[in-house]
Amino acid sequence: MNKVELAYFGLCSLIALLGAVVTVGAKNPIRGAMGLLSTIIGIAGLYLMLAAEFLAAIQLLVYAGAVVILFLFVIMLLGPSAQSKRDARGAVARYVGAAALLVSGLGAMALVMRTKSVTPTALPAVPPQFGTIESIGHELFSTALVPFELSGALLLVAVIGAVAVARGKQVDPTLLPAADAKSSQTSAPTAGQTKEARS
Amino acid sequence: MTVPLEYFVIVAAALFMTGAVGFLIRRNLLVLLMSIELMLNAVNLTLVAFNRQYVGGHAGQIFTFFIIAIAAAEAAVGLAIVLAFFRLRSTVRSDDADLLRN
Repeated sequence: MNKVELAYFGLCSLIALLGAVVTVGAKNPIRGAMGLLSTIIGIAGLYLMLAAEFLAAIQLLVYAGAVVILFLFVIMLLGPSAQSKRDARGAVARYVGAAALLVSGLGAMALVMRTKSVTPTALPAVPPQFGTIESIGHELFSTALVPFELSGALLLVAVIGAVAVARGKQVDPTLLPAADAKSSQTSAPTAGQTKEARS
Repeated sequence: MTVPLEYFVIVAAALFMTGAVGFLIRRNLLVLLMSIELMLNAVNLTLVAFNRQYVGGHAGQIFTFFIIAIAAAEAAVGLAIVLAFFRLRSTVRSDDADLLRN
């Protein structure tokens, strides 16, 4: 086994796994988002190793460039209340469930590793044009054309839905007729009161 | 000889376990969404690794492409829901999301 390749693989997977642990364990969500960023960069490195250059670029663009930034925006929008305090309510059940999952997962992994053949599966040689933008794009626009267009529609619907959900219920009073504006003004304090009463 | 396929699958399994455990033990909605992203990334890594094993086509990489698109949509809608929930209850703890109780 090539030493350099193995070292690169170890470095990338170490970055990814450490980032994952930080994401899950960090008390501050901003640190969690930074851990997610590190995981994404590590996985992009692994994609490069697996001859998926196009996907490595997409991973960095979409995840590191859009998703993590979106997380950071929301965390900063929420301010200090994005960091929730720990509480003991139901903690035992949660940790018991997580430990059961962890033990069963590790057990399954150990079983698989014990029963597998002695020699690990060597990857075949990469054919030319494998994983490049040209070949992926050719396949996207021929065999996977319908799902591609549908995913475009899905993204459009998701954007509209996100805006509609995040916008809240406030109505611009200048757009309303006079009577409606008055009623919305009177209803606004009651909404505030119910919120206060609830909290 | 290159790094064998099993190594990638093991790393993906460890990533998925981390995400799943995080989803179970944490109660911060933002961290829950990040754990979901971790699990999606682990699945993507598995798909790309197996596509590298069977180099006849690009099925795994195309699938990963669509999963990335869906994950982006999921993050946008999920964060919008978190924002709306925060506006309602001034908290992001998932234990407080009990509007449908009773």
